[in-house]
Amino acid sequence: MTKINGVSRVIIAISSLLIAISFFVPIWRIDLFAPQYPEGLVMKIWLDKLTGDVEVINGLNHYIGMKKISVEMFPEFEFLKYIVAAFIVYGLVIAITGSRKILFSYLVVSVICGILALYDFYQWGYDYGHNLDPNAPIKVPGMVYQPPILGHKQLLNFDAHSMPDVGGYIVIGSALICAIIWAMGLRKSKS
Amino acid sequence: MKQSKIKNVVLASIAVIAIAALPSCKPKNVSTATSGDAAKKAYVAPGKYDEFYNIVSGGFSGQMSIYGLPSGRLFRVIPVFSVDPEKGYGYSEESKAMLNTSHGFVPWDDLHHISLSETDGVHDGRWAFGNANNTPRIARIDLKTFRTAEIIEIPNSAGNHSSPFITENSEYVVAGTRFSVPMSNGTTDVPINTYKENFKGTVSFINVDKESGKMGIAFQILLPGVDFDLSRAGKGKSHGWFFFSCYNSERANTLLEVNASKFDKDFIMAVNWKKAEEYVKAGKGVKKNVSYAHNTYDEKTHTANSTIEKEVIMLDPKDCPDMVYLMPCPKSPHGCDTDPTGEYIVGSGKLAAVIPVFSFTKMQEAINAKNFEGEYDGLPVLKYDAVLHGEVKKPGLGPLHTEFDANGNAYTSFFVSSEIVKWRLSDLSVLDRVPTYYSVGHLCVPGGPTKKPWGKYVIAYNKITKDRYLPTGPELTQSAQLYDISGDKMQLILDFPTIGEPHYAEAIPAELLSKNSTKIYKIEENQHPYVTKGEKEAKVERKGNEVHVYMTSIRSHFVPDNIEGVKLGDVVYFHVTNLEQDWDVPHGFAVKGANNAELLIMPGETSTLMWKPDRVGVFPFYCTDFCSALHQEMQGYIRISPANSNVPLTFSTGTNQPPIN
Repeated sequence: MTKINGVSRVIIAISSLLIAISFFVPIWRIDLFAPQYPEGLVMKIWLDKLTGDVEVINGLNHYIGMKKISVEMFPEFEFLKYIVAAFIVYGLVIAITGSRKILFSYLVVSVICGILALYDFYQWGYDYGHNLDPNAPIKVPGMVYQPPILGHKQLLNFDAHSMPDVGGYIVIGSALICAIIWAMGLRKSKS
Repeated sequence: MKQSKIKNVVLASIAVIAIAALPSCKPKNVSTATSGDAAKKAYVAPGKYDEFYNIVSGGFSGQMSIYGLPSGRLFRVIPVFSVDPEKGYGYSEESKAMLNTSHGFVPWDDLHHISLSETDGVHDGRWAFGNANNTPRIARIDLKTFRTAEIIEIPNSAGNHSSPFITENSEYVVAGTRFSVPMSNGTTDVPINTYKENFKGTVSFINVDKESGKMGIAFQILLPGVDFDLSRAGKGKSHGWFFFSCYNSERANTLLEVNASKFDKDFIMAVNWKKAEEYVKAGKGVKKNVSYAHNTYDEKTHTANSTIEKEVIMLDPKDCPDMVYLMPCPKSPHGCDTDPTGEYIVGSGKLAAVIPVFSFTKMQEAINAKNFEGEYDGLPVLKYDAVLHGEVKKPGLGPLHTEFDANGNAYTSFFVSSEIVKWRLSDLSVLDRVPTYYSVGHLCVPGGPTKKPWGKYVIAYNKITKDRYLPTGPELTQSAQLYDISGDKMQLILDFPTIGEPHYAEAIPAELLSKNSTKIYKIEENQHPYVTKGEKEAKVERKGNEVHVYMTSIRSHFVPDNIEGVKLGDVVYFHVTNLEQDWDVPHGFAVKGANNAELLIMPGETSTLMWKPDRVGVFPFYCTDFCSALHQEMQGYIRISPANSNVPLTFSTGTNQPPIN
């Protein structure tokens, strides 16, 4: 099996290192728009914290009996940054060794981790959207408030948008670059 | 037969023509005075922002109001010198001190003029100043919060009219006496008919701290007992000078209408304030014992604090030569306005047939050449012809105030002939005139008093409204009118009603203020001594017969909302903290039967309502500002028991306290 060419290895190294930016920028964001909030409310999810209008969102959520959102409730914030750091090392190992095998395993692990992350995100959304305080002032029969994983969804007067933020795009972009390099190598070895 | 028919037709035709011609005998009305595109020019679509803020004096309302231009929409009335129960201003424990004076609490005043802070002669968007005419004071309004930040009383003054005009770097705002009075350090119980001997005028220079804006009286100048009317700072080449119009050089103390209109000329007084600063430094000033209130609002504690100050420095021109000069000005001058270059000073003799325009350069030459025509009460009077740039001939009747654009044009209001006249400063030729409806007082061109007029519009603040709006009984709305001045001809594009009686106003480009506008007070920065930073901290404390309720409000409940154990004879203080940290979510607070106003509490703010219950019973309180879908549920009860009862002090929200058996 051939090694990954030099240029591609440099690209992998750079894109892996770029992932480090995600320690300093949010990776995901949920935007909420309503008639009373034309300027929108935003919750930004970082590797280890939440920022944005979290308190305001909590204040509004109490009407429908949603639990208060706070950083302490999410154990993920404890270890997410280590996982990302592991990915950076993983990428650098590929760049150093030039091994297509490791690159392939990296892609497989990336996809698995991506799915796990989305599933985890879905779980939290499900929990928040379904487990409502029975004494909530506003109860709409049959209504659940699970936010969308990706894209937008109307929740009562709010239009909720969920999408990656800068850090998320970097992580996804980096994985895509690796996938493209792997695919290009596949074509080369066939020809 | 045929002939008579023709005759009838001719007669009928003449009648028709006569009737058709009738309306043309009437004066022009609004439909002919405004042209087709006026509505478009003043139209700001729903949800769109105006181009300018118009900061307008509220006259006898004592307040300042904020409009948008060109729409004329009213955004806010800022309480300044008068109580405002709607906002709790002058009623809440925190705001009462703002209206303190050496006479005690004064609930009303008359705010005439606005000055916006400047840097290098250009609007910097930091503060607006307003004057209290009746009990002499100057207020500073913070243009981030649009709240009154400071009020300083002016001693040795009455009728603080030529105020609060400002120098080009906001070094000073000034205050001049309209009413001369006996000075407070001497004997003040004097016969009124000893006016000429015992009554004096003063002008005060109030310095403004560059960073904080905090005011202090730097010095006062003791002057003859004339009536000072309006004033303007020099700018550019005339920076360092201040010009004041004055009337009643006859020094009449009764029937001024006649007795103060006798002399052909009164004066524009020129004060060299840089020189005055030197005299103060050199110790030429005399410290005078006075008493005046100085009130400041602390944004961290949301509380006003009043201190009484005891001293001012008084400069007497007799000891300070070359500091004050008089320029003769025809017939009781009112407006006294300096053009953007600082070269021209326009005096408006309200009974004069011309507008005299003085030249600063000529004034300097005349001073150097000692070209005096005499003295007035010891002050040198310059020769009229020596200081005159020229006169605007036949401008109109009753000139009052002049504003400027950036193209060398002046706009003067005429009260008697009810019009605005545009004229050119260089050759003093009249360029255009438009009627106002009716009897215009002050004018405002955005940036008109600065070195850099923003131009585009002139606004007329009228004294008479008559038939311009639907009638509302004998008391009619006050009104302003907006004219487009971007072309050669002035064009009326809008009428809009105003608060109180509008006097002077300024307008400033919207982005200079809107970008800095405060949205909320940060709860973590709240240093109010009775703040409650979370519902868990809410409590009720008794100190003797005072009961302090540390209360929180957040959509849509108070903590606590059930309070017992308060007795008749207690004084209850509701210290309500609005815990919201979201834009535009104020909460209100009112309790039944309180001989007081409501509180209106902004996000992150703490306000206190004092209540002396007058009877035993259970009293509801509620949120007065529709805050949320469950606003009507935002309510509570406080129980007042007889003075001798032993009901324990309890408070709760959500559970009964004491619990039900």
